[in-house]
This record gives sequence, structure tokens and C-alpha cells, in this order.
Amino acid sequence: MSLLTDLINLDLSDSTEKIIAEYIWVGGSGMDMRSKARTLPGPVTDPSKLPKWNYDGSSTGQAPGEDSEVILYPQAIFKDPFRRGNHILVMCDTYTPAGDPIPTNKRHAAAKIFSNPDVEAEVPWYGIEQEYTLLQKDVNWPVGWPIGGFPGPQGPYYCSVGADKSFGRDIVDSHYKACLYAGINISGINGEVMPGQWEFQVGPSVGISASDEVWIARYILERITEIAGVVVSFDPKPIPGDWNGAGAHTNYSTKSMREEGGYEVIKKAIDKLGLRHKEHISAYGEGNERRLTGHHETADINTFLWGVANRGASIRVGRDTEKEGKGYFEDRRPASNMDPYIVTSMIAETTLLWNP
Amino acid sequence: MSVLSDLVNLSLSDATEKIIAEYIWIGGSGMDIRSKARTLPGPVTDPSSLPKWNYDGSSTNQAAGDDSEVILYPQAIFRDPFRRGNNILVICDAYTPKGDPIPTNKRHNAAKIFSHPNVASEEPWYGIEQEYTLMQKDVNWPIGWPVGGYPGAQGPYYCGVGADKAIGRDIVDAHYKACLYAGIGISGVNGEVMPGQWEFQVGPVEGIGAGDQVWIARYLLERITEISGVIVSFDPKPVPGDWNGAGAHCNYSTKSMRNNGGLEVIKKAIGKLQLKHKEHIAAYGEGNERRLTGKHETADINTFSWGVANRGASVRVGRDTEKEGKGYFEDRRPASNMDPYVVTSMIAETTILG
Repeated sequence: MSLLTDLINLDLSDSTEKIIAEYIWVGGSGMDMRSKARTLPGPVTDPSKLPKWNYDGSSTGQAPGEDSEVILYPQAIFKDPFRRGNHILVMCDTYTPAGDPIPTNKRHAAAKIFSNPDVEAEVPWYGIEQEYTLLQKDVNWPVGWPIGGFPGPQGPYYCSVGADKSFGRDIVDSHYKACLYAGINISGINGEVMPGQWEFQVGPSVGISASDEVWIARYILERITEIAGVVVSFDPKPIPGDWNGAGAHTNYSTKSMREEGGYEVIKKAIDKLGLRHKEHISAYGEGNERRLTGHHETADINTFLWGVANRGASIRVGRDTEKEGKGYFEDRRPASNMDPYIVTSMIAETTLLWNP
Repeated sequence: MSVLSDLVNLSLSDATEKIIAEYIWIGGSGMDIRSKARTLPGPVTDPSSLPKWNYDGSSTNQAAGDDSEVILYPQAIFRDPFRRGNNILVICDAYTPKGDPIPTNKRHNAAKIFSHPNVASEEPWYGIEQEYTLMQKDVNWPIGWPVGGYPGAQGPYYCGVGADKAIGRDIVDAHYKACLYAGIGISGVNGEVMPGQWEFQVGPVEGIGAGDQVWIARYLLERITEISGVIVSFDPKPVPGDWNGAGAHCNYSTKSMRNNGGLEVIKKAIGKLQLKHKEHIAAYGEGNERRLTGKHETADINTFSWGVANRGASVRVGRDTEKEGKGYFEDRRPASNMDPYVVTSMIAETTILG
């Protein structure tokens, strides 16, 4: 097998200028990631220089068979941690041949919101805490859990170390380095409360870039679990009962929030979010009602509640922010399977563009 | 095993000028690829500088036992991604000692068609989308499929990612880099609709080069699956039922089609292909009737149809070509086990000389 590895790791830079670009997009379910690769004549660093491409939308639930072409518009470039060299990963969004975003393309509307002058002027920052669960292949049961049974109850696993407490660290650590290599602004990782569950954080990143980076980080995680023979689940409540769910807490701040007097701006923004609780919840991920129960460090899905250092609230403001009178806040409602384009742009829209 | 890998990967350039040339040819079934290696005194980049060779045709169903020598004529050189250094792969075609192409040699006739002045002046380009299925060794069941059962229905696998959706990517990625290293014009790869099925594309390549490059790419794939302990199948319908088949869609254009007014030239060419549908189908691969059913993104084998962006047609014209009034079209009929020498030359013959 090392002969195969030699080939996979071949450094082509002595043989050719050509590079491989992996075009990545979101498929018809809104959560399935798809990708395919093409050869380009030389290195590219600017996405606007990459050619548009197309794929068979009838095979991803995004077009009918007799009019199947869906067009890929390259939006952001990252270095490919698998092929390395000058090879790249390209985050794309999807359009009809006539140039309209297809219904599952959530990036297009988000980009519009982020380029609104009132939003741009506030330089919105996002830090997204992506939780996920690793499952054993073929049985769909979390890694490290005995088949047909359960591990000891939650308690020992959060940020733990040791073969009986931490399962899958090789995946998490290779993902961390791969993301850093790729140019993703990955800010940290930790083992989560439920055994087999982990979290990585992306941010702070500005505007639409935060979402591009989360999607590419998800893609890299799927590629790494594929190599490891393990399945990654973004389900918000993978195991019912006394086991934590998985969220995608979204930390947020604007220029005004980060400056003197920012705490008042934060409180006003939280009030606006409270007035649109139902609208946000319906866009924060499928199946979230199984997770937002009021237990396991969540607020009940029908309640809007905020507090300082309160992990049982919908929105948590950190003690530092309260003390300094400026900073950021954390929306704890989004589920792990949320679409970051929707969540980040909706938070910006409600707090900066919407008025009651 | 690392001692063995050290030897396999030995760089000989400090020890000797000699190189190893792997001569590759197509055997008696028309789909079995054969090869053997010889030492040459120094690096060679021009195929006409390579010596002719011969092999035992009675062991490949290509000659009788009492007159078994078949002569190999070197036709194209590629860099060897397994031996690296100055070592080479050589695609050859096969002749009798008297100099006649043996019956399974399809390259010779294709080369004749491509050197016809009317064809050569039209600079025909080909982009071939080679689909294939990876099978578990010994059980002949696709990789990733449970033995004795089936995976979940098609939907999640096309361009999919994740251990439950994409199986065999290490083979595909090793093959992509190996082909680039070798000098093959490989233009992309993607996971296909049926789990365990993949596709690579070679092109655009002009004339006879397209056939040479597809055959060498197939050879590299067989060598890489050999290393992985997995079998590659070019059968056009490896699993019957609601599972996609495997094709070798052939994208094609001529100089006239690529220039202004090209769309009209394309439509005329498609018209000529329609008139010879039966002849083309007969040459487009054995077992294609199991694949061309009218379902699973194919057109029925007895029907000739064409359309823009229509994956259920025999021939598909892309939206870009329609919009710009020039470009290329895709013949979706050839099966994965087609002979690219036959298909590419036949398309040129029908559309340019017909």
C-alpha cells in the first residue's frame, strides 16, 4: 500500500505546471457536499480567474434529466491539504444556465445581505462552533460505544484524554492541521460532553467568508473521516435520552459592538433577535426540536432567553464582554446541521437591517 | 515490506544510464492489456528511436503455436509513474512478421483515417469520459457493497464525499497524479452515480493521440488496482437492475465546429451520425444493449436522439455550445469497454469523410 501512497503523494511540480482544482458545492438536500476535480494549466490564487463549470444536477436532486446542467461559480480558493503542491479546493455556488441561483443556493442571498452598505460598514464578525458526532461505519453507532449498549454516563468526556474517554482524536487532529494548511481560520478544537462528539471553531471571520470557511472545513472533515472509515454526523440529536445534542453556536459582533458603548448595541441587537425568534428558529436547522429541550445546556425551542455566562439560555453574553462594556455575544440556538450562509446573514439582517 | 518498497523505488540514475521500457499492447480479446519490460542503453524520448520487439501471440490468442511471433511497433512514449526516473511506458500496436496489422490491431486503421488529408485538416479533438467500476477481489461484487446484499439506493454517491458515500478514492487520486506524471492529458475525475463507480476524462487530445492516451490511462488504472488488491471492471452494466451502467461518452469537435458558424456544422455532423446509428452501435462496445435501455441517463439502443443538455439522448450538445453558436458535442452511446481507436476514427470517418 505504500506504493499507492507514493503515487497519491507524488509531487508533480518537477513534471508539469498543471494543477488540480477540486470544485466543491452543496447538493440537493442542503447538507450533502459534492465535489469533482479538473486539471488547470497553471497555479491560480484568484477565484475570479477560475473558469465556471457545470455538473449533472439530475444526479443531485437539483435539475431534471432533460435539462440537467447546473453551473458552478467559483467563489473562494483554499489550498488542498490532500494533494498539496499548488493544488486547490474551490468553494462554489450553483446557478441555472440563465444565471439565476437555484433554490438550494443559499450563498447568493447571503452575499447580497453582506454587500448591503449598512451591513458592510459594520464589518460583522462570526465565530462558529461546529459540533459533530463520529459514528462507526455500517452500524451508525458512535465511535467508542459498545455495539448494542452504551458507555458510562456523561461527565468524564468533555476535553478529556485517555483511551476510555476520548475516541477519534486522530481524525480531529489531522482535521485541525489540514484546515490550517488550507487557509481556514480554524481557531480551536475540543472534545465534547457526549463521548464520540467533538467540536471545532472557525473564526472570527468577516461576512460571507465565515460560511465559505465552515463549508470547506466540513468538506475536509468528510474527506478525513472517509479515509478513516468512520462516518461524520451533523444530526442535532444523534442519540435520544440523556446525551447532549450537537449545535453550531454562532458568536457575533459588529464594529459598534466591539467599540466603546458596545454593550448597549449588543443588548439592542439581542432584543431584535428576541422579536424574530420563531423566524430564526425555523431557519436554524432541521430536527432542532429534538435538541433544544431546555436540558443539556440548551434553552427550550419555544423560549427566547438571554443571560451573562448562562449556557441554558438562547443567547449567552460572556463575562468579559459585560465587564469591558463591549465585545460579542453567542447565539446558541443553531443546530449542527444549520447552513452557515443562512444563519450568519439572517443574524446580520435582523440586527442591522430589520426594524420592528 | 519497506525493504521491498526501497528496492522498487530505487533511483538508478547514480548507478547506470540504462533505462527500463515497458512495452504495452492490446491482447486477443480486444480489452485485455498486456505488457513486458526491456532494458535500453539510455533515455529515449522519440518512439521512432525505439526498437521493434515481439511477443508470444499464441499465449494471447493472437497467433498459432507453430507461428507464434507477433511484432510490436512502438507508437507513443509516456513517463513511467511506477519506476519514475527516465524509465518509460510505450504503447505499441501488433503486426505479423510480414508487416500486416493482425486482426485485433485497431490502431492501424484508425491512424490511416486520421492521416487522411480531409480529416487531418479538420484537427479533430476528442474528450473521452471513461467510467469504470471497482470490484472486490475474489467475490466480484462492487467495493463498499455488503457481500450478499446491496447498498442504499443511488442518490448520495455522485460526486459524494464521506466513508458511506465514496469508496476507493485513494485509487482514483493515485491514478489522477500518475496520469499527469506520465504525460496523459487527464482533464478531471469524479465519483459516479452508482457507488463504487468512478470516471476520469482524457482530453481534449487530437486524432490518434486520444486512443493512445485512453489505453495508457486504462493500463495505469489496472496497475494501480493491482497494487490495491481491487479489480477494475469495464463492463457496461456490471450490476443489473436500478443501478447505472458504465459508459465512455465521447466528446468531439473539428476545426469548423470550433469556429464561427460551428453549430450548423455540428448539426450536420449529428445528422450523418443518425443515418449510421446501427453501424456505430455495433462498434461501440460488447454488451451495450444491457446498458442503453432509455433509463439511467441513457437513450434506448434502437433510438437515435439528440438534444441540448439532455442526458437521456444519444448525443448531447452543451448549453455553452448552443449559446456561442460553436463548440463540440457529446456522443453518449459508447460503452465503457469500447475501443477508443475504433470509436474516435469512426466518428471522424462518418462526420468528415461520409
